[in-house]
Amino acid sequence: MSEFFLMNGDGAYVWSAYGLTLAVLILNVWLARAKHRAALQRARELAGQAQVPRRQPTVRRVQ
Amino acid sequence: MTMKLPRWFHQLGSPPYVYRLADRLCPWLGAIGVILLAVGSVWGLVIAPADYQQDEVYRIIYIHPQTAYIGMMAYVVMAVAAAIGYVWRLKLAHAVAVSAAPIGAWFTFCALFTGAVWGRPTWGTYWQWGDPRIMFEALLLFLFLGYLALRGAFDDRDKADRVTAILAVVGVVNVPIVHYSVEWWNSLHQTSTLLDEGGPAMTTDMLIPFLIMILAFTLTFYWLLLRRLQAEIIEREGDARWIRELVGEGAP
Amino acid sequence: MRVFNAVLARDLRVAFRRWSELAHPLIFFSIVVTLFPLALSPEGSQLRDIGTGVLWVATFLSSLLALDGLFRGDADDGSLEQLILSPVPLTIAVLAKVVAHALVTLLPLICLVPFTAYTFNIPSAALPTLVLALLLAAPTLSVLVALGAALTIGLRRGGSIVGLLVLPLTSPLLIFGTRATDLSINGEPTAAPLLLLGALAALAISLGPLAIAAAVKVGLE
Repeated sequence: MSEFFLMNGDGAYVWSAYGLTLAVLILNVWLARAKHRAALQRARELAGQAQVPRRQPTVRRVQ
Repeated sequence: MTMKLPRWFHQLGSPPYVYRLADRLCPWLGAIGVILLAVGSVWGLVIAPADYQQDEVYRIIYIHPQTAYIGMMAYVVMAVAAAIGYVWRLKLAHAVAVSAAPIGAWFTFCALFTGAVWGRPTWGTYWQWGDPRIMFEALLLFLFLGYLALRGAFDDRDKADRVTAILAVVGVVNVPIVHYSVEWWNSLHQTSTLLDEGGPAMTTDMLIPFLIMILAFTLTFYWLLLRRLQAEIIEREGDARWIRELVGEGAP
Repeated sequence: MRVFNAVLARDLRVAFRRWSELAHPLIFFSIVVTLFPLALSPEGSQLRDIGTGVLWVATFLSSLLALDGLFRGDADDGSLEQLILSPVPLTIAVLAKVVAHALVTLLPLICLVPFTAYTFNIPSAALPTLVLALLLAAPTLSVLVALGAALTIGLRRGGSIVGLLVLPLTSPLLIFGTRATDLSINGEPTAAPLLLLGALAALAISLGPLAIAAAVKVGLE
């Protein structure tokens, strides 16, 4: 098992390469999702303002 | 132009249609993409045999060329979309270009990083100034960053779209240069193993995870692209009716 | 052709009216070139090693200085819109502006380079090739600088971004140019990179004005 992690001495290279790529992928998934959510939230607020006259502050729903 | 274009072509110009199409496609792209990433990684890291020259470190071959390829594909997608948006004044095409840029930049960064990490044990150096493929790949990253920087500098979105479209198209010449640089110059890189005449120069048990990872990263790219595109569409459509109906239907 | 000459003549006249500004790129070049031996070491052999690169990079950086003069002045006083509205294709006027930039900014720089090369212990036998390579690179460089200027026309703070856009695009020029210079220093044949520089110049001159004109039109919308 430890042999798997060490990769015959080159473990640092292989794992840092795979690790960084995985981290970047996860980051990108999170960023894309966050952008989408934020856009939907802004659209919600816009729609809310258009229909309901502002008597109360619009409730910010936590995504 | 009075060509009779198929219906789906027109539909692709309609933001609500594309938005809903993305909603339908993304779960599949995401699921299959994740599965393929997992399968490909395990296969590449565990199942595939060690290389007789490079021992275990060669396993980076299952992520480095793939991220580089996706980065280049992202640029082409960006340039083509930007060109279409410029010529036919299609907001949706510009939205695709904007969405592709950051993803392409990240993948190109991964390509450079994994390449450097691979280069150290195999060539003895993390970075080789003057190696043509490294230099032009770095140039690709700079082009992405330049595109994003230029975009951000404009207040007027339409103007930003069209100005950056010119930059994107001018820069697309770099993509074939990256690819052919190893053939045109002496380079630390080896020449293409996949597209040689006479078939790939890789054994099957290495070729399969290689191709799986290409497909996996491609699907992941398009998932990311579609999600960003959806966000971009919403931003651009503002308080259009179909958007109000979309968000009124409850949280997605 | 008449428009070309007219725009060229006008740009040259305007440039020479403020001839002290013509000196800015030259002074900048001299300063940049001086900084390197200061920062590294003035030892002769090391200077020769870095000399090629320093000269080329300094030339490219200095060529960016004349950016504002390319389009912004004309954009401000409305003469650029006149050019756009005129029946003559904008690409010709743009080409004239590019040539004007090359003549006004690059040519003096290229004249200065041999003297500076000498101070970097570059053998005088290599100087003709160096100058030739710079002359071949000049059209492409001017086209790229003009493209950067055109892309940022509409921006208030365009200046800081242009370098970011233009300099990466000049990397092929840098690669071939320094290669030609280094080959010539070693006494080897330099035909290949010089031909490539020439090819790039031809490509830039033929296609560049199209992109630049498009960017100008969009920028002024």
